[in-house]
Amino acid sequence: MTEVAAVNAISARGLTRRFGARLAVDCVNLDIPPGRIYGFLGPNGSGKSTTLRMLCGLLRPSAGSARVLGLDVAREAEAIRLQMGYMPQRFSLWDDLTVLENLRFMAQIYGLNASLAKTRIAARLRDYSLASLSDQRAATMSGGQRQRLALAAATIHEPRLLLLDEPTSAVDPQSRRDFWERLFTLANAGTTILVSTHYMDEAERCHGLAILAEGRLVAEGTPRKLMLEIDAEVFELEGEGLPAAQALLRQLPWIQGVAQLGMRLHVLASRGVTDSLQLIDRLLQQQAIAAKVARVQANLEDVFVVATRQRAVRTAAHG
Amino acid sequence: MASWLRTRRTMAVAAKEVRQLARDLVTGGLIVGVPLMQMLLFGYAINFDVRHLNTAVLDAANTSMSRQFVAELRATQVADIVAQVRSKPELAALMRAGRVAVGVVIPADFERRLQENQRSAVQLLVDGSQPSLAGVIAGVAQMPMLQRAGGSALANTKRLATSRISVRTLYNPELRTAVQIVPTLIGVILSMTMVIFTAGAIVRERERGNLELLIATPLGRLELMVGKLLPFIAIGLIQTTLILIVGRYLFRVPVIGHLVDLYVSAMLFIAATLALGLVVSTLAKTQFQAFQLAFVTMLPSLLLSGFMFPFAGMPQAAQWIAEILPLTHFNVMVRGIVLRGAGLSELWPQIGKLSLFFFVMMFFAISRFQKRLD
Repeated sequence: MTEVAAVNAISARGLTRRFGARLAVDCVNLDIPPGRIYGFLGPNGSGKSTTLRMLCGLLRPSAGSARVLGLDVAREAEAIRLQMGYMPQRFSLWDDLTVLENLRFMAQIYGLNASLAKTRIAARLRDYSLASLSDQRAATMSGGQRQRLALAAATIHEPRLLLLDEPTSAVDPQSRRDFWERLFTLANAGTTILVSTHYMDEAERCHGLAILAEGRLVAEGTPRKLMLEIDAEVFELEGEGLPAAQALLRQLPWIQGVAQLGMRLHVLASRGVTDSLQLIDRLLQQQAIAAKVARVQANLEDVFVVATRQRAVRTAAHG
Repeated sequence: MASWLRTRRTMAVAAKEVRQLARDLVTGGLIVGVPLMQMLLFGYAINFDVRHLNTAVLDAANTSMSRQFVAELRATQVADIVAQVRSKPELAALMRAGRVAVGVVIPADFERRLQENQRSAVQLLVDGSQPSLAGVIAGVAQMPMLQRAGGSALANTKRLATSRISVRTLYNPELRTAVQIVPTLIGVILSMTMVIFTAGAIVRERERGNLELLIATPLGRLELMVGKLLPFIAIGLIQTTLILIVGRYLFRVPVIGHLVDLYVSAMLFIAATLALGLVVSTLAKTQFQAFQLAFVTMLPSLLLSGFMFPFAGMPQAAQWIAEILPLTHFNVMVRGIVLRGAGLSELWPQIGKLSLFFFVMMFFAISRFQKRLD
């Protein structure tokens, strides 16, 4: 058992899923160590949910294989389910049951005996600020409250692995922050957490990150490593004439993207152009644009844009 | 896996189902309302006693005897005489227009015919598009004047009846309709409500998004299915009780056999019907589809089980289908127990068939239901 715990909580090789002719997940490899928060970052339709569903045995892979907690997802799904908590994208507890009834039901389904269920439910009500809501029906609760209830239910049996599919999509920023505090508490206690998101700030908090685009894993690593090793140079322009600068830069073939952020222009440039900073500066002077350019550290959004763009370019080249 | 764990999970599902039902006022109302309403509708509306049919009389004889005949006809209350006509075309026009359902033609030689054995005294024209021919003929046949004529005229009316339409067996004046109808209503009402209740059971969880979570837990398929069934078996037995009470006190149909036998049969029938509902629930994608499918399974039960139409008159294929339907066998059991005082020991073929149906349907439902989304 200790040997299993030492190896990866999740490992997938060539995980692929087709829906008819559409390739939803295309040959994804994963190695996720235990006790970490691992994020799936990608736009809608990039295959995040499908991958999560394959990992908890709800969808059969069309090709490839995956081991979760040392067990094969195709053949040992039921054994995995005993040690796994899953939070689907849509709120999936029962609207017409109260907080307490929902938790009690889940405790019974996971086979907790009466006294253990009682202490576990009391602990979850306390830790997830649900005690005052215990007799309220789920239907009448706010997005943040429902999300806390869903997490409480998904952890009622103290699973070793948590799969969370866009858990914060219907939640205000403060609730999101609180939610992530709770995830770190769980991870520090040894739970492996796999969470899908399309929020950059959430992705940045993960220990490890996989960026998915059109079903392919296009970048992987710690957020820090991804930002440092980004395959692009990042500049920011500040000053007068930003619209003119934007028009100018967009004509350059080695500029991958220009985005306005308030009073600044955020510019992504391909690597391999010598003295690119000076080049941009000179171009701005030639056009008499009074903006200053500076090299900045790439953020996760840059990583995301570059990773998904390269994928798009590859696809275009294939087509 | 430990069986106590299975039992606990099954009971957890059942308890959840009961809670949700208790909070769903509409469904809660249906549990009591549907049997009561159907009981009253079927009990009163499905009535083989024929009364107050619009009737036209063509009295060609116009003698005191024929006028007395018409008066007696009116007195039977079978016929409401709404028109006196002078010619057969006039009568035919009224019938074609649907203004009358029955035409009574009294020939000019009515009195002589009454004395004779070979010829019928009165001709009845009956609208064949209406389902109550047998009642009319029998009602008229019992009229005092025809009886008084030494039974010969009655025989002629009978001959007229049997030669034109062979439905006399449908009508049995000795038996009250309620006695025939009420016991079979248990099965009819249960098949309507039970299939509908369970047809939604799995689909509802799917539609509301609960199923994705539920199938990602260790909850077993059998545990889920049985847990969904248990509360409805209890509800079915409550409905049975309700029907028996209304039957006893409103329609005066007591149970001659043992109540225990009746409840055991009802439980078996309920389980079989619920299992069919579960199959429907695993086939349907939405609740709307489920209810339509439920309705589709209900119709053959109503039409072929011998509740509405006699079994013997059906084509062979229909009888084969009827043989599969749980309601067919339950009706045999319930008639036996309620009306003839039969015991379960005499009804083992039906018990066997219902059990087989239950197990086949459960097997089908469970193998159809996979703990996967694909």
